[in-house]
Amino acid sequence: MSACLEIRSLSALLPNGQRVLRSVSLAVQPGEVRALVGESGAGKTMIGKALLGVLPKSVRIIEGEMLIEGEELSRLDAKARRTLIGARTALIPQDPLTALNRSRRIGPQMTDRLVRILGWSGERADKRIRQLLDEVQFRDPQRVLKCYPHELSGGMRQRVLIAAAFAAEPRLIVADEPTTALDVTVQKQILRLIAELQRDHGTAILFVTHDLGVVAKISQKVSVLYAGKVVEEADTAALFAAPQHPYTRALIAATPRYTDPYASLKPVDETVLAGLTAEIAAADKAWRPAHG
Amino acid sequence: MDEARTSRRGLSPRLWLAGGWLILALAAATFAPLIAPQDPLAQDLMLERLPPFWLDGAESGYWLGTDSLGRDLLSRLIFGGRIAFIVAFAAATSACLIGSALGLIAGYFGGWADRFISRIVDIWMAFPPVLFAILLVAVLGTGLSSVIIAIAVIDWTRFCRVIRAEAMSQARMDYVESARIAGYGRIGIMLREVLPNVLPSVVALLSLEMGIAVIVEAILSFVNLSISTDDPTWGSIIAEGRLSIHQAWWVLVFPLITLILTVLSFSQFGEGLKARFDPVLR
Ligand SMILES: Nc1ncnc2c1ncn2[C@@H]1O[C@H](COP(=O)(O)OP(=O)(O)OP(=O)(O)O)[C@@H](O)[C@H]1O
Ligand SMILES: [Mg+2]
Repeated sequence: MSACLEIRSLSALLPNGQRVLRSVSLAVQPGEVRALVGESGAGKTMIGKALLGVLPKSVRIIEGEMLIEGEELSRLDAKARRTLIGARTALIPQDPLTALNRSRRIGPQMTDRLVRILGWSGERADKRIRQLLDEVQFRDPQRVLKCYPHELSGGMRQRVLIAAAFAAEPRLIVADEPTTALDVTVQKQILRLIAELQRDHGTAILFVTHDLGVVAKISQKVSVLYAGKVVEEADTAALFAAPQHPYTRALIAATPRYTDPYASLKPVDETVLAGLTAEIAAADKAWRPAHG
Repeated sequence: MDEARTSRRGLSPRLWLAGGWLILALAAATFAPLIAPQDPLAQDLMLERLPPFWLDGAESGYWLGTDSLGRDLLSRLIFGGRIAFIVAFAAATSACLIGSALGLIAGYFGGWADRFISRIVDIWMAFPPVLFAILLVAVLGTGLSSVIIAIAVIDWTRFCRVIRAEAMSQARMDYVESARIAGYGRIGIMLREVLPNVLPSVVALLSLEMGIAVIVEAILSFVNLSISTDDPTWGSIIAEGRLSIHQAWWVLVFPLITLILTVLSFSQFGEGLKARFDPVLR
């Protein structure tokens, strides 16, 4: 059985010629949650955007392949690619504020997609959406459908977006830091919901985060990204038990423990960072673009 | 878990007052032949410079008095409203359609389309508008349609600039990206997702532009460049009133009041409508 998502040595350039992604390879098996961790600016969002086909125009992919359920994206023409991405994937975005259209009611905003992607009748789509809103624990889905986004709280909006992502039964969901814009109590609830729906629907998730605590809770596999390069990948349990790369070890050490939040808290070690910089520089030197 | 709240507010007094005046003025203009107490063109030198009804020497049936040729002022204002409203609707709608469409395209698509359209707007805005209008009418020849064309040709940039900026900020929103991921095409997203977000501003600008068109038409007829026939327009009445300000102030004051009320109402009505249309402000 082919992987749900497979990225093979993907590299991308910024307009200033700098590499944002450095031969990134990762795979997500059907029904599996893979966490993608790394600090801010590591290129996590870039990877998600690349595979969903919404990279900014200025960012150029210079090598690599992306396969969704065994289909190589770059081999498809633009229309077929859009259709494939639309049908098999969905995004749970980071900021629930701008991810909903403020001028349209929730109902039409959500049902539209189902009608478009699955060719369903409006009625059927409507029923499906109400069922999903129920799954994300809205007491009165009917009412939510009639609301404008500003009439919902941040947490409610994020629940709407989770429902929307699962509604068309995609095989893969990219969740790009879906809880960072929310306060801590709501974060837990949202994480639990995502985990629950993921299990019930058997959806694979590429879960982008910079929080190792979240990684431990939700994922079976982890890829650690630093400066656009995957420095380590492993089973989640194995990664926490025996981190291989010094950067991973430093990250784990830098994560506050709930039992003893302050004692173990220390920034990533200077020598580790220096080592990383050297590693990246060496990799860049060794690397030759395929059509250079 | 708290559930969604929904709120609705009634019509604001601003919307009532402005809308009320506009409806009144529009109805009067539309049914002018039925409503006007006198023939607006009938001259009668026996009745020249009659004062409005509350002053000594007023004549019944000539509520706002007469001008120096003995023509009934109220009737002339009512008939003048016809041209004002025709120009307002036709010119503002044309300017709105051209400007909003180009603004939406420039703001949403960006890139060379934006550079091209923005450059044209810059060039356009370099001309002083009133001078531009006078020049255009001088070239096109006087007449109702030239006035309408002149206003539309000059004022589309107003719409273009505002709508471009709004479309641009909307295009950066995540919901546009989600729509892309779901497989919608660019034009589909522009019309279905972005357009509803800029619509409140389009409506407000449209109403404001109607007021501006009324003023521009008045200015053009003031300088004798509008409708060349004897049909009364607010601008031409003001121009005549200016000449007899010391003998008959009302010939100047009433058309000015009418003009100002109408222009103010258009702008306030637009703002009020925007607030109604905007789901967040509502
Ligand atoms: N539109 C763009 N044009 C040029 N550079 C960009 C653009 N978007 C992002 N970048 C750069 O690409 C790099 C990776 O950005 P990315 O958004 O993928 O980081 P991230 O890992 O998602 O970080 P965060 O955790 O803060 O979201 C950053 O250095 C950023 O400055
Ligand atoms: Mg990011």
